[in-house]
Amino acid sequence: MKNRSLVSINDYSKEEIIRILDLAEEFEKQPHQNLLNGRVIASLFFEPSTRTRLSFETAIQQLGGNVIGFASAASTSVSKGESLKDTILMVSNYSDLIVMRHPVEGSARYASEVSAVPIINAGDGANQHPTQCLLDLYSIRKTQGTLDNLDVTFVGDLKYGRTVHSNVIALSKFNTKFHLVSPPELKLPSAVKRHIKEANLSYEQYTDFLEVIPKSDIIYMTRIQRERFPDPLEYEKVKNAYILENAMLDNSRDNVKILHPLPRVNEISTDVDSNPKAYYFQQALNGVFVRQALIATIMGVK
Amino acid sequence: MNKRKELIVSAISNGTVIDHIPAESVFQVFKMLELDKTNHQVYFGTNLQSKKYGRKGIIKISDTYYKDEVINKIALVAPTATLIEIRDYEVFSKVSVSIPKTIEGIAKCFNPNCVTNKEDVKTKFEVLTDETGNLKLACHYCEKTTTKNNMVFF
Ligand SMILES: [Zn+2]
Repeated sequence: MKNRSLVSINDYSKEEIIRILDLAEEFEKQPHQNLLNGRVIASLFFEPSTRTRLSFETAIQQLGGNVIGFASAASTSVSKGESLKDTILMVSNYSDLIVMRHPVEGSARYASEVSAVPIINAGDGANQHPTQCLLDLYSIRKTQGTLDNLDVTFVGDLKYGRTVHSNVIALSKFNTKFHLVSPPELKLPSAVKRHIKEANLSYEQYTDFLEVIPKSDIIYMTRIQRERFPDPLEYEKVKNAYILENAMLDNSRDNVKILHPLPRVNEISTDVDSNPKAYYFQQALNGVFVRQALIATIMGVK
Repeated sequence: MNKRKELIVSAISNGTVIDHIPAESVFQVFKMLELDKTNHQVYFGTNLQSKKYGRKGIIKISDTYYKDEVINKIALVAPTATLIEIRDYEVFSKVSVSIPKTIEGIAKCFNPNCVTNKEDVKTKFEVLTDETGNLKLACHYCEKTTTKNNMVFF
């Protein structure tokens, strides 16, 4: 794993995923470890994402590394038309590792092929966001004590939600029972279902949210965006069907936890926030430990 | 093959004959093999009768032989095609094309937001078959799947 890029969660085997999660546990206990000792990590955000950038940069600082880079492409040579390849080649002269976020799908894979140093994909358009996936897996394991044999429910936009796709693909390695709740227009794509089938696992699809709540160990909520519907009337019909309210959790399992990649809009009602089953704010914090584990592993210092 | 039918399109002394091309794919094959750029003699016919395939096309290229990976590209648009090598007017070898596992630089990714459509990057796909036997291309970069209806070749 040392010196190897992480572009897609598919790049890691089950054992490699577990290794990162185990190491993240160590960092959660002791986040400040000067393992990088001043080495330079580039943080290239070709599109702004304050949440992800701060999480990565905090992880780097807590490991004793230095950050160079930019928070948006607007102020850089990229805005003057420099190719992605040239930017990556230039930056890889100055850094030992590149964390990059880019609006174009496949840009991180391409960067990993031209770069002399490893790349961590911090989101490439609608494609992959593997560190979000790792922090979700970490959150699931931490709250359930295991990743194996869980009933995991995904709710909302399963068609375009990249975090859902990565999570389904990763959880297919852990004997998960999948419950997929969405309007018919936003069902999980068959290319993603293929991974469930290849692992000989089963899934059930629902349009009704309520019936699946008592069957779930994890409820992973996502936002349904208006722009996904060609017909605004269709959006109006479904927009309130997939909102979680506190009262809906009355018959849920004791161990159930509610996850959400954030930011939330209205898909989780604020009355859920104080329920101990809500986990989405702690979930985000776990991202720092997982990113520390990943950076330390790729840099070969752990 | 019946000698008379063979002669519907002129015979070549040395080179490659690609037979049993679906009629509608003849020009795609032409383009894939960059036959508009060759200096050798090229003959082709389309809408010829074939008992097995209905209307077929045939292309003959003089003094040119192809490597397997080149010829397998055309399996994407002409999976029924056969490739015949002619040496001194004789059939030297005859093989059916087989669909390659991966292809590079032949097809476009249908995803407009794919890096291959935004930067100077050669496309690369894994060739997959869907439940109904249709070919589809999984992009190495954006990971999206281009289905048969969306396939565009360079
Ligand atoms: Zn693509």
